[in-house]
Amino acid sequence: MTAFGLKDAFVMKFRFFALCLALFCASFGVAHAQQGPLRIEITEGVIEPLPFAVPSFQPESAEAGQMAANLAQVVAQDLIGTGLFREIPASAFISTVSDFNAPVQYADWKAINAQALVTGAVNVQGNSLSVKFRLYDVFSGAELGSGLQFTGTADGWRRMAHKVADAVYARITGEGPYFDSRVVYVSETGPKDARAKRLAIMDYDGANVQYLTDSSVIVLAPRFSPSGDRVLYTSYESGFPRIYVLDIGSVQRRVLESADGTMSFAPRFSPSGQTVVFSLTQGGNTDIYTMDIASGASTRLTNTPAIETAPSYSPDGGRIVFESDRSGTQQLYVMSASGGEAQRISFGEGRYGTPVWSPRGDLVAFTKQNKGRFHIGVMRLDGSEERLLTASFLDEGPTWAPNGRVIMFARETQGEGGSSTLYSVDISGRNLRPVQTPQGGSDPSWSPLQK
Amino acid sequence: MKRILTSTILMAVLALTACTNPGRFGAGGDGAGANAPLGVAGGIIPGSANDPSSTAYFQQAVGDRVLFPVDQATLTPEGRATLDGQAGWLTNNTDYTAVIEGHADEQGTREYNLALGARRANAAQEYLISKGVPSNRLRVVSYGKERPIEICSNEACYAKNRRAVTVLAGGLSS
Repeated sequence: MTAFGLKDAFVMKFRFFALCLALFCASFGVAHAQQGPLRIEITEGVIEPLPFAVPSFQPESAEAGQMAANLAQVVAQDLIGTGLFREIPASAFISTVSDFNAPVQYADWKAINAQALVTGAVNVQGNSLSVKFRLYDVFSGAELGSGLQFTGTADGWRRMAHKVADAVYARITGEGPYFDSRVVYVSETGPKDARAKRLAIMDYDGANVQYLTDSSVIVLAPRFSPSGDRVLYTSYESGFPRIYVLDIGSVQRRVLESADGTMSFAPRFSPSGQTVVFSLTQGGNTDIYTMDIASGASTRLTNTPAIETAPSYSPDGGRIVFESDRSGTQQLYVMSASGGEAQRISFGEGRYGTPVWSPRGDLVAFTKQNKGRFHIGVMRLDGSEERLLTASFLDEGPTWAPNGRVIMFARETQGEGGSSTLYSVDISGRNLRPVQTPQGGSDPSWSPLQK
Repeated sequence: MKRILTSTILMAVLALTACTNPGRFGAGGDGAGANAPLGVAGGIIPGSANDPSSTAYFQQAVGDRVLFPVDQATLTPEGRATLDGQAGWLTNNTDYTAVIEGHADEQGTREYNLALGARRANAAQEYLISKGVPSNRLRVVSYGKERPIEICSNEACYAKNRRAVTVLAGGLSS
């Protein structure tokens, strides 16, 4: 990972303030999107992708030439990847943009039906990169929101592109941004009976893959901390499944202590990042526990002879959704974060597992098994409005994009040559697509939006 | 523990009628058993499958694994017979400890299968303890669906993957 961190500053140059992205989105992006006619309402209906144009950005320094083209390309890929936008190829352009500050020839873009136009300019000085952009509502003949400038490192240029695309996406859809995010997952190679697994981290679109462990032992199900700086995962390093917490920056890890003769797995952070909720197996029985990471003190939350696993916190940290086979088959339950009585929420046909609470709090994503098929689905927290988004031989392990609109999961294919691939799908069920990774992939966990 | 055992046995009895498991775990054992001329003087090569105190003998002649029906952790009659043999062997070969590895087939979510594999390993462990093997010689671990031995995606392979394997380790004294 590049040395972004604190130096990752960006300023609003064309208006008056320097604001953080979150503030910006809240005060400007959404407001403008709601007022302007250029708007995608993401509903259940079929959406005709909105045509847009992103001419190559303008290089403002001698070194910026290639970067200018690359940035525009990644912005376009982000938008196209949502399934909500369609790019008009440069070959169709009537106007060329040769000056970022020159007035836009709306008629030329109207003529090729570009409803949105994104222009940008790039300045590279050594490893310092600044990118500015403007978004135009072509048919209204007006700028949508105000221009923005992002500053970072040339190494991290893809993040600058994701930030531009995030702003465009948020202004037009009114949804939260999600392109400037990462995914930690299990990279897989080899056949099913000799599968080598190692932890990997990448940008949400599969770029910049880095490995966090080697493949000498089985590693499973990494999960991001709420601040995106640490990862919980399960490893067989000791010969038995144990939970480890890994610092992404230093790639240092430590085990969360558990008693000899037990197995611990399926960890997730609480929204505070201080507590881990996980499964602990003792004497063949699996229950849910929490542990304070700093002190190591643990608390038992469930106490039944059933299998209780795959716990996930609500965004406010007050409740936990989990799976249990206490009814005889795997079903979803919600309980208080301190344990106690649990309420069953899944009542459809088949078995339900791996529930994950959406970051917006409104939905739970899950894996469903029914009639020999696997599905990724979503339902409300009261179990209503169940919607299956996928169907295949084996889909499992959903994770939410930071804006709660997109889900990533793993699909394992059938038979001797079977392998596992990451996919993403919109919560409407549209736009199912594989995520490119160098090898196979499973157990994805989407990070929060980067700062 | 007593309650789990009782229910285990009860469910095993129920499984008698429901079980369609071909019980192929004996395949290796049958072959090795036929090849094991135990009575032939001087015919025993120490450490080989015809040396009754060898791990190879344990794996092949006694049978190191028991199989389970879909989504079940109850021992089948064949499974209990194999575990009887394991208990006898472990009683005679007190230098060995064992790790019982529980496994599941690929039909199921990762976390659930880890817990299911643990149930299976535990069922085998409980049975061995009930037959007199000291609990401090037995440990359990679950691999869930992470380590199948057969890789086709149909019941012929799945049946062999739903298993608890008793893996011998160095002796208590070593």
